[in-house]
Amino acid sequence: MTTEAPGRALKLEPIKSIKKAPKEEYFESGHRTCQGCLSSLPMRLMAKAAGPRTIVLGTTGCMYVANTTYMSTPWVVPWMHTQLGAAGSSAIGTAAGLKSLMRKGKMKDEPINVIAFCGDGGGADMGLSAISAALTDIEYNLLIFLYDNESYANTDIQTSGQTPWGAVTTFSPPGKKHRIMQRRWKKNVPGMLAAGHPDTRYIASGTPAVPVDMMDKVRAALSAGGPTYMHVLDPCPKGWHYDPEHSTELGKLAIETGIYPLYEIKDGVLNFTGKTKQLALGRRRKPVREYLEKQGRFAHFKNQDYAYFQKKVDEMWEQWIIPCVVAFSYGGPINITTEEPKVRNNNVKRENASWIGEPGHAHEEHEGVSDMPNEPWRDDNELDEYPNALPSMGQ
Amino acid sequence: MTISKPLGRQTEKLTTGTQAVAQAVKLADVDVMAAYPIRPYDGVMQAVAKLIADGELDAEYIVAESEHSQFEICKHASAVGSRVFVGSSGVGWMYAMESNAVTPSLRLPVVAMIGNRALDDPGAFGVEHNDAMAVRDLGWLLFWVEDAQECFDATLMAYRVGEDKRVFLPVGLGVDGAFITHSQTLIKIPDQETVNEFLPPYDLGERLLHPDNPISIAPQANEDWVMEIRKQTDDAAKRVKGVIREAHDDFRRLFGRGGDNPFFEEYMTEDAEYVLFGMGSLGLPAKVMVRRLRDRGEKVGFVRLKWFRPFPDEELAEVLGRFRAVGVVDRDYAYGSPQHGGVLFTDLRAALYDAERRPRVVNFIGGLGGRELTPEMMDEMAYITKRAAAGETVPTVSWIGVRE
Ligand SMILES: Cc1ncc(C[n+]2csc(CCOP(=O)(O)OP(=O)(O)O)c2C)c(N)n1
Ligand code: SF4
Ligand SMILES: [Mg+2]
Repeated sequence: MTTEAPGRALKLEPIKSIKKAPKEEYFESGHRTCQGCLSSLPMRLMAKAAGPRTIVLGTTGCMYVANTTYMSTPWVVPWMHTQLGAAGSSAIGTAAGLKSLMRKGKMKDEPINVIAFCGDGGGADMGLSAISAALTDIEYNLLIFLYDNESYANTDIQTSGQTPWGAVTTFSPPGKKHRIMQRRWKKNVPGMLAAGHPDTRYIASGTPAVPVDMMDKVRAALSAGGPTYMHVLDPCPKGWHYDPEHSTELGKLAIETGIYPLYEIKDGVLNFTGKTKQLALGRRRKPVREYLEKQGRFAHFKNQDYAYFQKKVDEMWEQWIIPCVVAFSYGGPINITTEEPKVRNNNVKRENASWIGEPGHAHEEHEGVSDMPNEPWRDDNELDEYPNALPSMGQ
Repeated sequence: MTISKPLGRQTEKLTTGTQAVAQAVKLADVDVMAAYPIRPYDGVMQAVAKLIADGELDAEYIVAESEHSQFEICKHASAVGSRVFVGSSGVGWMYAMESNAVTPSLRLPVVAMIGNRALDDPGAFGVEHNDAMAVRDLGWLLFWVEDAQECFDATLMAYRVGEDKRVFLPVGLGVDGAFITHSQTLIKIPDQETVNEFLPPYDLGERLLHPDNPISIAPQANEDWVMEIRKQTDDAAKRVKGVIREAHDDFRRLFGRGGDNPFFEEYMTEDAEYVLFGMGSLGLPAKVMVRRLRDRGEKVGFVRLKWFRPFPDEELAEVLGRFRAVGVVDRDYAYGSPQHGGVLFTDLRAALYDAERRPRVVNFIGGLGGRELTPEMMDEMAYITKRAAAGETVPTVSWIGVRE
């Protein structure tokens, strides 16, 4: 299992089924995250997939504060905290340190995995430039692992660049004047990173709700050589406001509604994986309402809010040059609706893909779609009762 | 341009301050460096880049996308056991401040050159010491150099002291922008063998982050343990002076220079009645002024502080107690501080409070934003200090060379 891939990365074989996953745990008991926390599960799966010859760096956030209490660390592999915006630079520093020491004969020469995890706040907002820099430094083997719970969770659930449109956070409470305070569409981080870092050999999205897919992507990333990136969507009972038993179900619904796509981009070739692949091949997307309704953070939504959300997701599938991955379209000279696009997107068969053809065919018709105002959230709120802002837990 | 001629086991080279640091970085066999451009420190990164390009130094050289990353990269490289070199100036150093603030608690002996620069706005490239001084309470050891030779020497000292097991703290080299970073002088460079004798390999021991030593570094400690961890760093800071003394003795033995006192330099102080006191490139005009005044029969001297952290309080109290007055020259400002004096002045006064014999201490704030401190200005400061020594009423704090 631990032979060496080119570029001195560890070669890790895919796990393929949960029964074949290694028994050994490298992220154990000792942490204090909420019940049903799907941000700590990917830590466990990621450590399991990576194995013992691994160094893990972690930014500030729930996976630090609630995760690594002094003298009861869950990490079996070496672990070090890094600053909130420093996932990229901590990974580079660690990898560069190992590389120089091994080259100069000051340390035993062997492949060691370097994984830096960060939250959506730490990675997709504050640390984006450092991650971008890390992804250009092809001399170093490393994985940036962004666990996306869609808020600054640890500081009491504040809006981040990954918080979905309309969601209630402690910085975006619904009120008498404004129903919707979070008016930004979620940043497409893996797509942006893939578009801007063509030398990065592996970029993927995953979720612990689909564990084997996620673990195999970790292994593919670590075996690819050079800097790699993974984006992992993690339902968060506290921040999303739902009963912890629904965590996995919500993770799966995010995929089935087409809100969150699963894919990997390996050496410039995009492959949708899991249920997303089926959606790309034309399978019907579930209405986003099914996903949104189950979460308290959307409890203030009115029909036009669901409709707006649906419209934006439809756009991701029907108008993006690569659904959910590349947002801009092509102005010419080639008319891409009739010719093969000039993207390194070899594995998605366009003729079968749902974004060609009648707009809107891939989801159920929705109340309020047609007469939706441009910015429905700017309406005065007519509700008499407002869902409370999320309870403060003061982690 | 370099002029090299062997001098015993040493070579002479004409270098700027930044090039001198680069030469020491090479002989220290640094493993990882991270660069980001800002004047005036970045000459050192240009110099090491050339050393690497020419095959004279084998190291990872990372061009970071910000100072924050630059210092984080080096911090983490240090945690896996590599010797690192980093640096910045002015607002660049401040941009890295989050990283700078945590590095001492992590007990990682990062060595940084701080090419002192005004914290602009308003725009200024010139020297002020406030940038480096921002870390004075955080566990960084801080050394201010006087010239290119001391740039070289202090860099080696920094690794030796910071990496000592009893210390494990980061070290900042204060190098006055332009006056030292960009001025050429002849320096003496020892050979590799002698440097190796002075500087043992960096060894983190049981604190190394490696799969064979699977520790968790910097976990969430909160009020349960933070106090104990802070106290350990305080204990380390208290051990530094002893380690500096040992290193200084070895340095003098091996390289034949460094002066009598590891912490500060005394210039013409034997029979002095009053002295000026300061750090960095100030030494040159101060010494010129002292010589001129001595020719006029003045009993004046100069004391130049080298190690600002740890502050050599007892050592200074013993020496400065011999004089009637001390005029502290601050190339910094400390708005709203006691007496509205500079940082050095406030520290020195605190250090002298318990002394048996306390000189009068007056303060001069000057040379800000890179303005030159001329011998004439030094003369003015000496005159005020002399009057203080004679018991006359003089202002406690004077800004020198400010237009009305
Ligand atoms: C520089 C800096 N600013 C702010 C904070 C406060 N802070 C601590 S954890 C955290 C939340 C980080 O959010 P995210 O990265 O999404 O991780 P999560 O808490 O959601 O797991 C913040 C803002 C900090 N630690 N450092
Ligand atoms: S707030 Fe969310 S991410 Fe944080 S520990 Fe709780 S469930 Fe996990
Ligand atoms: Mg988060």
